Amino acid sequence: MGSGPMVKAEAVHKSFGRLEVLRGIDLEVQPKEVMCVIGPSGSGKSTFLRCVNHLEKIDAGRLYVDSELVGYKQRGDKLYELPDKEVCRKRSEIGMVFQRFNLFPHMTALENVMEAPVHVKRESRSSAEVRARQLLQRVGLADKVKAYPNQLSGGQQQRVAIARALAMQPKLMLFDEPTSALDPELVGEVLDVMRGLAADGMTMIVVTHEMGFAREVGDTLVFMDGGVIVEAGKPRDVLANPTHERTRLFLSKVL
Amino acid sequence: MSEIASGPPRSSAGGRPEAIKAIPVRHPGRWVAGALILLATADIVYTVASAVQNDTSEGGRHGWQVIAEWLTGPLIIQGILVTVELTVLAMVIGIVLGSVLAVMRLSPNPVTTFVSWLYIWFFRGTPVLVQIFFWFNLNTVLKTIGIGIPPDGPWLWHIGTNELINPFIAVTLGLGLNEGAYMAEIVRAGIISVEHGQTEAAQALGMTRLQVIRRIVLPQAMRVIIPPTGNETISMLKTSSLASTAAVEELFRRTEEVSNFNFAIIELAIVASIWYLVLTTILTIGQYYIERYFARGAQRELPPTPFQRFRRMVFTFHAPPPLAAEGPIVIPSEHR
Repeated sequence: MGSGPMVKAEAVHKSFGRLEVLRGIDLEVQPKEVMCVIGPSGSGKSTFLRCVNHLEKIDAGRLYVDSELVGYKQRGDKLYELPDKEVCRKRSEIGMVFQRFNLFPHMTALENVMEAPVHVKRESRSSAEVRARQLLQRVGLADKVKAYPNQLSGGQQQRVAIARALAMQPKLMLFDEPTSALDPELVGEVLDVMRGLAADGMTMIVVTHEMGFAREVGDTLVFMDGGVIVEAGKPRDVLANPTHERTRLFLSKVL
Repeated sequence: MSEIASGPPRSSAGGRPEAIKAIPVRHPGRWVAGALILLATADIVYTVASAVQNDTSEGGRHGWQVIAEWLTGPLIIQGILVTVELTVLAMVIGIVLGSVLAVMRLSPNPVTTFVSWLYIWFFRGTPVLVQIFFWFNLNTVLKTIGIGIPPDGPWLWHIGTNELINPFIAVTLGLGLNEGAYMAEIVRAGIISVEHGQTEAAQALGMTRLQVIRRIVLPQAMRVIIPPTGNETISMLKTSSLASTAAVEELFRRTEEVSNFNFAIIELAIVASIWYLVLTTILTIGQYYIERYFARGAQRELPPTPFQRFRRMVFTFHAPPPLAAEGPIVIPSEHR
């Protein structure tokens, strides 16, 4: 692992057709840092997250994870697209948690967590199962290993999804509005798990609307609007004394 | 007159009100319609059955005796085995080929997409009877089949068309290759029905394209794929009777041959029908259980099988209904 930043973005641009979603993103996430990203919908925050593990291809700029280019290899002054196998290997080192959980409905909670270690990392079933059970215990679901996703509440499903991502022992975790699809009373249990992860030193980028979580757990807070970073800094500062008018306007609506 | 009396009767002071016991509305019209339809059905069945009974074209014996004799005759049983063999082989070819074609159709490579499209276009666009005819008569134009460079030899490997394609193979190929085109569309529909988030979640875990399809998408697509595949299998069972045109001794061909010498045409057609119905019934039951298997995770609780439901009914038939006065209302699982 390099000693540089875990994630480094330089002037990252991304368009869908003629719609420019990211218009020059520059940021750095240090190892063990928790970065929270806020902003109105359509501001490009989810798109940026998806670029980090190459679910979306960037059009311009450079994006590095752990000092390696995302999706490309540079030799001399030429960029080479990475073959699928390499892309898959790099993705397997980054955990991602989705707004709509996206658990595999035909597998039990335990099978969901074991799937990638067994079939991507080629671990033995027995050792994968031992660790999957530990992870499910860690997210407070030791008694739900045999349950299918639709037998679980939203909060429980999202915690299984976090355990599923952790099973690959990622060096970076991406959270895409992990609590936005949850009933208000279930948000707390998911945030608790994420808080625990942050305390254990996981590097995290969290796209969220939970300002309380951002203030309490985040090391940095980034406010995005219209495909650019409008403001970034310590969460307390940004939330309490936003310097930019757009930030102030957004915060006045959500706080 | 006011119907408001003194409130609902209470089972005990302050408790939940008594369960309603009302006299149900009668539906005399339903009874009359039901009786008429039953009567008409019985009349038709009786007319046909007695006509068969009175038919003595085969050596003076009654029609139903002839049917009973031939129903389990060794000639017919051998025909059934061939029919089952044809159906199974053609469906295996169809399902494997269909899955490959569907994945090809959805692949990012434009060549594979086009080839798949072309295949489906051709095999859905020509009658299966013509296709069987084509394979059956291939030897009239093509004497040798093999791999060679250039394509017409010298050969790396080759075999005479007649050795490779006997009537059974010709029919199996015809049915299977044709089925592949239909199965491709069924499998494709199943794959498309799986939410895109599933693919993304699997990709984010580092799974390759093939792993995503095999481990995540196909198992979920199965729920959509199984019912029409059952349909296709049942259809194939009966379409396999087209093999009789290529002199393959399957069920229909056997009954035809028998009736050619005993003249009991309708009787043997009934024998064939009875067996096709039996086989279809077995397939239907099989389909039910396969669907149940792939429904795991899709429903909170699997519904009981008809057998389980029957057992429960027998054991609880005379039991009094649960007391409504105590405990929460329990909605029976069938109504959820």
